[in-house]
Amino acid sequence: MAVETLEATPSRPTESGRRKTGDVTRKPRSWNLPKTLGGWLVLAVCAIATLGMLVPVYVIIATALSGSSGAPNFFLAFPDAPSLEAFKGAWTKLHGSLANSLQITIPAAVISCLLGSLNGYLLSKFPFRGSNALFTVLLVGMFIPFQAVIIPVFQFLNMLNLQGSLIGLIVVHIIYGIPITTLVFRNYYEGIPSAIIEAAAIDGAGIWTTYTRVMLPLSVPGFVVAGIFQCTNIWNDFLFGFILASPAAWPATVTLNNLIGTTTVDYSELMAGAVLVAAPTVLLYLVLGKFFVSGLTAGAVK
Amino acid sequence: MTTSTAQPPAPVGPRFKKQVPHNVKTSRRAAWMFAPSLLVSFIFVYVFIGITVYISLSNWKLGTSPDLTLRQPFGGTYAELFQEQRFQADIRNVVIFTIIFLVLAIVGGLVAALFIHHVTVGKGLFRTVFLLPYALSFIVTGVAWRWIFAPSTGVNEILRSIGIENPPGWTTDTTILGALNDPSGTDFLKIQFGIPVALLPIIFAAAWQLVGFAMAMYLAGLASIPEEHLEAANVDGANTWQRLRHIVLPQLWPSTITCFVLLLHVALKIFDLVVAMSGSGPGFVTDVPGIYIYNYLTSRYDKASAMAIVLLLLTLAVIVPYLIRGYRKERKA
Repeated sequence: MAVETLEATPSRPTESGRRKTGDVTRKPRSWNLPKTLGGWLVLAVCAIATLGMLVPVYVIIATALSGSSGAPNFFLAFPDAPSLEAFKGAWTKLHGSLANSLQITIPAAVISCLLGSLNGYLLSKFPFRGSNALFTVLLVGMFIPFQAVIIPVFQFLNMLNLQGSLIGLIVVHIIYGIPITTLVFRNYYEGIPSAIIEAAAIDGAGIWTTYTRVMLPLSVPGFVVAGIFQCTNIWNDFLFGFILASPAAWPATVTLNNLIGTTTVDYSELMAGAVLVAAPTVLLYLVLGKFFVSGLTAGAVK
Repeated sequence: MTTSTAQPPAPVGPRFKKQVPHNVKTSRRAAWMFAPSLLVSFIFVYVFIGITVYISLSNWKLGTSPDLTLRQPFGGTYAELFQEQRFQADIRNVVIFTIIFLVLAIVGGLVAALFIHHVTVGKGLFRTVFLLPYALSFIVTGVAWRWIFAPSTGVNEILRSIGIENPPGWTTDTTILGALNDPSGTDFLKIQFGIPVALLPIIFAAAWQLVGFAMAMYLAGLASIPEEHLEAANVDGANTWQRLRHIVLPQLWPSTITCFVLLLHVALKIFDLVVAMSGSGPGFVTDVPGIYIYNYLTSRYDKASAMAIVLLLLTLAVIVPYLIRGYRKERKA
């Protein structure tokens, strides 16, 4: 099936290649200012729209800094005396859940990526009769609303005595992560010349040896893309955590949502909490943005 | 297709162009190694959906006391569902949400991509900012926009200062804009069909979060348009609008389909964002199937399952044709 990343999966940039492109973008620091009126207009529209996009980000940060007084009177107000007081309260309530989120995200992302990598390798390099059809069948799992399986999942975890636990959540995230990671790695391995596999086969390596000795070492960029994608997805998950976790295992998104009181909302603390919950994925995005983009377009089935 | 750039030295034939020539034995081994993942996915997706379908047809109400007898008359839970005011409100909400959200996100993403593609300076910065919300959790987005639209401290302050005396109550407002009907007690339709004002802040929040996704898709599409096509059009004297209309937009069609399908399925499944911003709302003005299912998870397994199947069918109606189209394309390739 013509599943492909629109923004081509990173073509395994060699160390030198990456450095070179880095230099190219860094060197000409001279501003390439527009030369026509239209060009200035485009720049102005982009700048204004970008500022508009940043308003909610500003609102979150400004409110989070407004101290422990509850909330400012106006959402755009910047506090006269910015303080980190609200962060203290938010941290007290959230730090346990942030640790839970971390403990769920890391193993679930790693294991689902490993499985996806093996599947992607098999599907792209050793297609068998009906493998494309089976792959399509597998992909459906990526798109279903999880509410349609949540009752059986709940009962299943109950049977194994995993209901409410961190392990239960990890298992669920791994299983429902298989389709997307398989897709990402299948696309990635399509870009690796089959000649390498042939050479390994001639040297007497079997499927498994070829995978561990030849493919895995070549897979680092694939793991970065799929890993970021999975980490972001699992960290940001709410539904599974909300329904399947007991309070002791609540991920950060669930606890953050519970900071919204039934009658009053302490918006300063809520926004400080939002900053804490958003920080890991935003940092991941800002540091590894290029790989992030490859991952998010990975769901593009053409 | 992202085919390998370096082809194997001696392609055996068109069938083996991309893959390793291998024998039946390796092929079988590969199939066996793929089998565990496939089996697990099959159980957790297809078998579990089957179980949910069965529960929706059964008498199982309380989660703790299973009752697997079939409900009489057959499918009674669905009949019950369709007549419910809350169910009807949910369908209205999800339809309205999906339509407005898709228009905002796709048109917004396209316009943003066209501008950012042509800007001479700061391209990376603009792109990064537009895509930033995508890295956030819907809960983070939800709490931020909840605050932005809080009736007494949010955008209403701005509206009041420009002379609008009675700004809407946003997520708690029960007004339905452009209502098409006025239900009386005896009608099948128990809700007003129109655009609930309360949904608008949620739609804006969702569009803010996902417009960058559409932009990224369109930027990838724009980058793949061959420069010669645009140059040829220039030589022929086409103006900006003509180039956009006859060259750029048609070539962006695949990006549009991808955006449309992927964002549509996000919209149908919307849950977290609504929970964080408003919950069900007065008179279910902001209720969506996801919340409905959650609310009935403890008391009515049958109803929760029936709604989940309705939601699943809506999603599959979009996703399956898309996946089959992709499968066919691959077979042709």
